[in-house]
Amino acid sequence: MPDDTSTFPEQIDSPGADARRIWFLRGARTAFSVPGLILASAFVGFAGLAREAGLTLAQAVFMTGMVWALPAKVVLVGAIMSGASLPAAAFAVALSSIRLMPMVVALVPELKGSRTPKWLLYLLSHCVAVTSWVLAMERVGRIPREMRATYYAGLGFTLVLTNMVVVGVVYTLAGNLPPIVSAGLLLLTPMYFLTSLWGSARERAGHVAMVLGLGLGPFFHTVWPGFDLLAAGLTGGVAACIYHRLVRRRAAA
Amino acid sequence: MTFTSIDAWWWPFLFILVAGWLATDSWRFLGVYFGGRISESSDILVLVRTVATALVAAVIGNLIVFPTGALAATSLALRVGAVAAGFVAYLLLGRRVLIGIVAAEIVLGVGILASQPL
Repeated sequence: MPDDTSTFPEQIDSPGADARRIWFLRGARTAFSVPGLILASAFVGFAGLAREAGLTLAQAVFMTGMVWALPAKVVLVGAIMSGASLPAAAFAVALSSIRLMPMVVALVPELKGSRTPKWLLYLLSHCVAVTSWVLAMERVGRIPREMRATYYAGLGFTLVLTNMVVVGVVYTLAGNLPPIVSAGLLLLTPMYFLTSLWGSARERAGHVAMVLGLGLGPFFHTVWPGFDLLAAGLTGGVAACIYHRLVRRRAAA
Repeated sequence: MTFTSIDAWWWPFLFILVAGWLATDSWRFLGVYFGGRISESSDILVLVRTVATALVAAVIGNLIVFPTGALAATSLALRVGAVAAGFVAYLLLGRRVLIGIVAAEIVLGVGILASQPL
């Protein structure tokens, strides 16, 4: 069966079950590229964080599968740790996840073939988070249109399932680590986001928002626990956006 | 209505479903619904991105300043030093996430070992 890959050009013309399987597997293989491995290391950190926050193994794995986007999960765990109520936690997670909408909006026209059913697109959209989105946007252009949804299904669901396993395994091991390793594990999440948020910012305002959030988070944690994330996210985000508009106006003048 | 306020096995899962799954997949599903009809660079999206960035950065700030578990046993100066070293390494050495993480971990590890009585 593995030899089938060498014959795919003929099969593009008549997409059958074989071609579908090949493109699904190619998508699955993309999950084990360098960005996929960096993401897995971030989930190693998340497993340690979830354990420290008091989540059970089942809750941590469940959250990984259901929420998927790592920033949303880190905000959710952060809200749980600071004792936020359900509405406050949901609001903070929702605010941190609005950005998923434009990402999906941009990806859907790329994935859609002439006969791709709508329900499949809704199902696939669950796999959208930064890593799978960047990988897909980078590569779907080189994939026959009718096979793109299949390819993304392979990529997306492999990423989700693999990292559910990563979280489960690391959570189980994390109970028996020496303190120095355990401390290192808990430093993974902050370092992953400090660097990846900085790198993925599209405009200077993103850097301003990051620096403001870093300071405002601990500040509001002291003065307004339970609403610290919402307060820091809204004030920091709005201030950074105002900065963006001021700079642009000055540039235009 | 916090994560721990109802003592039933299903409550944390319901909490995760509402505050986690519903709060994220609603946006993804709206994205499919609108598919291709919103431009990536429109003004409102700058605000969407900065609020999301500030929210995640706020959690990161809390994790560094008010950590839990084994990290809580380290000094604030060591944590800030490790994170700063990792970030500088990231900026100077080709902006690679892995380099930043490794540099921060090394400084943290050395710092913990150095602060232990021999």
